[in-house]
Amino acid sequence: MTADKGSLEDIRQQLDELRKRAAERGLDLKSEVGDLERRLEDAHRDEMETLSRYDRVHLARHQERPFTLDFVDYLCSDWIELHGDRKYRDDPAIVGGWATLEGRTVMIVGQQKGRDMKENLRRNFGSPHPEGYRKAERLFRLAEKFGRSVVTFVDTQGAYPGIGAEERGQAEAIARNLIVMAGLRVPIVTTIIGEGGSGGALGIAVADRVLMMENAIYSVISPEGCAAILWRSRDRAEDAADALKLTASDLADSGVIDEVISEPPGGAHLDPEAAARTVGEAIVRHLDQLEGRDPEDLVRERREKYYAMGHWEERADA
Amino acid sequence: MAWFRKEKQKLVSQKREIAADVWEKCDGCGEILFVRRLAENLRVCPECGHHFRMPADDYVSLLLDDGFEEEFDAGLRSADPLGFVDSKPYVRRVEQAESKVGTRDAVLTGAGSIEGRPVCLAVMDFKFIGGSMGSVVGEKITRMIERSVDRQAPALILSASGGARMQEGIFSLMQLAKTSAALQRLSEAGLPFLSILTHPTTGGVTASYAMLGDVNLAEPGALIGFAGPRVIKETIRQDLPDGFQTSEFLLEHGMLDTIVPRSELKGTIATLLGHMC
Repeated sequence: MTADKGSLEDIRQQLDELRKRAAERGLDLKSEVGDLERRLEDAHRDEMETLSRYDRVHLARHQERPFTLDFVDYLCSDWIELHGDRKYRDDPAIVGGWATLEGRTVMIVGQQKGRDMKENLRRNFGSPHPEGYRKAERLFRLAEKFGRSVVTFVDTQGAYPGIGAEERGQAEAIARNLIVMAGLRVPIVTTIIGEGGSGGALGIAVADRVLMMENAIYSVISPEGCAAILWRSRDRAEDAADALKLTASDLADSGVIDEVISEPPGGAHLDPEAAARTVGEAIVRHLDQLEGRDPEDLVRERREKYYAMGHWEERADA
Repeated sequence: MAWFRKEKQKLVSQKREIAADVWEKCDGCGEILFVRRLAENLRVCPECGHHFRMPADDYVSLLLDDGFEEEFDAGLRSADPLGFVDSKPYVRRVEQAESKVGTRDAVLTGAGSIEGRPVCLAVMDFKFIGGSMGSVVGEKITRMIERSVDRQAPALILSASGGARMQEGIFSLMQLAKTSAALQRLSEAGLPFLSILTHPTTGGVTASYAMLGDVNLAEPGALIGFAGPRVIKETIRQDLPDGFQTSEFLLEHGMLDTIVPRSELKGTIATLLGHMC
């Protein structure tokens, strides 16, 4: 069976109808509902398999995907957002703060996109300035001071390339976070939830475990940027996306990420809450494995993990 | 129209004369310089002090008393983890760079001495695929830093790079984290790390080790930044201020400790190491 969009929509409507009827009349339609749910899932799976890498790029950027604060909403309690880098200003493109996740206090840090133009202007479309990375650094150190784990959510097209960002040391701010995260004496679990845009993503993503949602992307450069440089045309972004191999399934066996988290049928934007719950379960599972470890071991194993990344050939005769 | 064509031919022949191996035009003052004289002056324009790019080997000779007493990991070669093809296959691009620059990728690493003091040194080479950092650069730098820890010697990195190497995709990005993790270990060991930034140093190299020096030095007039000027211009759609992203601009904004002319580089480093070791 091939799943065109019509049949997907048909099945979804039938399912809604059936559920409604079952609820209204108190009928037991479990097996019928289950049947349709399976058909819907199959149809979605078929559809997802036909997606190109560049389709995934669009999915990763979808406005209705859960953003960092949605994960906080769905998964955490006692959230207290902490603002500012104590040096210059608060950068709304990165949010962070204390929260309770499954009974433990964690420090949450993540890039935050906006859902409408007004919020996107305020949050600079999730592209942080140096202040955002310096706020993150402050919060990482705070977590370390009180022995709390760090949970980060990555969702940015990249660190902002602007005059102020350069003046205030965008590169230094990111570099500082890399070295600070490499040596942080508490567990760090990162999830790539949408766009993992190069150094701007990595600036909050050096972690003991890096998880990646099924339709997220993670890349050294955006496909459009890569196309502009190597193909001299942004129109070749589709080719660049293929060449860069930036999807979760591309990276699954690379050693760069530790787990791919599956999304609800059709993508996280269709059921953000269910998507967030699955992510939450994975984060908690990894935290359970990491918490209580000796900090020395934690830092050493994190370093060794990054040391192993890359591909080269070695010749003794050179 | 015949007169027009004749004029054009004359221009071409003039250009060819300048481009010959004997002469080089200064980007700073426009002066036409005798290449041998330029080399004798450490490739710094005798007229205006403009710093031309210098090959990695020449930096090794400039900074170390007797060059590399031991070169590290010269046998590391790029693999092609993504099977990357743009206008040409990555494998081909690497081969071409190797025949142009040599087989040691975009960085040379090794051990030597600076005024008698043992150091570990990495020097990047912009001529090898724009000095881009892929797996080999990241691995060589990481191993160099690890050897610094083993030998209790200071580490120095002289950068010249357009950033991460796109053709190795995510693996290039991970070299930022890897080299920074190595520097974290060096820092724990209480050993100095000097970063020397030369023209140009941008992108992923700036966003990792180049900005993480205990002391950050730069040559005069180098382009240093996170994003390249063209990307910034396209993003903000306005002209960039004069002198934006130069060494002098970074010094003014607190990102560098000092700017050092090439002729004084070794002496300054030796004095700094004296203070820090």
